[in-house]
Amino acid sequence: MTKSQHIDWLLGLADDALILGQRLSEWCGHAPALEEDIALSNIALDLIGQSRAFFAHAGRLEGAGRDEDRLAFFRSDREYRNLLLVELPNGHFGDTIARQFFFDQFALVRYTHLAQQTFDPEVAAIATKALKEVRYHAAHSAEWMLRLGDGTELSKARIQESVERLWPFTGECFEEHATLDAAIASGAMPDRSQAQTTWNEQVEAVLNQASLTKPEGSWSQKGGRDGLHTEHLSYMLAEMQVLPRLHPDAKW
Amino acid sequence: MVTDTIKEVIRRLHDVMDPEIPFLNVMEMGMVREVLQEGSTLVIRITPTYSGCPATDVIAEDVLAAAKTVHLDSRTEIVLTPAWTTDWIGEEARLKMAEHGIAPPTGQSADKAFLLGKDRITPCPLCKSSDTHMVSAFGSTACKAHFQCNVCLEPFDHFKCI
Repeated sequence: MTKSQHIDWLLGLADDALILGQRLSEWCGHAPALEEDIALSNIALDLIGQSRAFFAHAGRLEGAGRDEDRLAFFRSDREYRNLLLVELPNGHFGDTIARQFFFDQFALVRYTHLAQQTFDPEVAAIATKALKEVRYHAAHSAEWMLRLGDGTELSKARIQESVERLWPFTGECFEEHATLDAAIASGAMPDRSQAQTTWNEQVEAVLNQASLTKPEGSWSQKGGRDGLHTEHLSYMLAEMQVLPRLHPDAKW
Repeated sequence: MVTDTIKEVIRRLHDVMDPEIPFLNVMEMGMVREVLQEGSTLVIRITPTYSGCPATDVIAEDVLAAAKTVHLDSRTEIVLTPAWTTDWIGEEARLKMAEHGIAPPTGQSADKAFLLGKDRITPCPLCKSSDTHMVSAFGSTACKAHFQCNVCLEPFDHFKCI
């Protein structure tokens, strides 16, 4: 893996966490119950914390003086490397939970490998910590899948609809991409088909238990890793970045 | 080598409290991993509890300020390996938690059982009954879960095991 690929890969890890964390934080004060409000905000905090560690590491590796704030607040949408899945609007609660469920299961597979790989020890350290947190996230989203899928006729219909709508965005987790190929070749990322199989099994187990149907389609959206995003990301970044861009040297 | 300066800094660090659990200091929390001398600089190695814990920055600042009262040329360093675990919280700190109405971490196995879908037993810090239930795995701060006692009905925080 070249140095620029290495940085690109780290930014992908950071951006996935930051963008999903930022999205989840939009629920703060709006979730259907107080406990859920707190849970989603807590998960958002964990994710943003994970992204900070990856950003700081990427910035040091790059050696161009960009710190975590510089990388988060002064890159445009075309420079963001996150999955399209995590930037999608929150939609209704079921949409948020289905998106979280798909991502948490992916994060479990990815962090489990990242914690063990030796290509980048700093990433292993961040992942070891993150994995402890993600286990709680994954338990939370899986529980909600069960509750909604196995709940009322209406909740089942709506969560099934969310699953189908988001399904085409899940393939991007395992897409073929030059940066990821290099990361896999150097052992930094898990073998693609093996990771996808594990993810599929885990997802299928929960969907079955929730009496939901796993979509069949294999066609997948892509582009996020190359900075080709949905329009939703631009609006989110505009809101997230406006203050530091307006007052770039402000300190508190 | 443990110099007198290091000993004195460690003594002062016992007065630096975790802002989210204000009756516990950073030493009891196991957040200060090491204090060492690098040339004339004193280095305090801190490990964050949760990646997203908003208190980490404040704690690092408080630790640095406390160290500087002893040795001006001090700096803090964040270390991630080995990852912080609730196993580093001392026995005395656990008792203090219970006294303050927070059910202390019960050990790795209990929460692992929860993650595997089984119920875990977290005794109520008020009436000591083990007949309690989890309201939410996410509580008032990143490190706590929200429980309620089925006997005395007291809602309480449980310090999650990680």
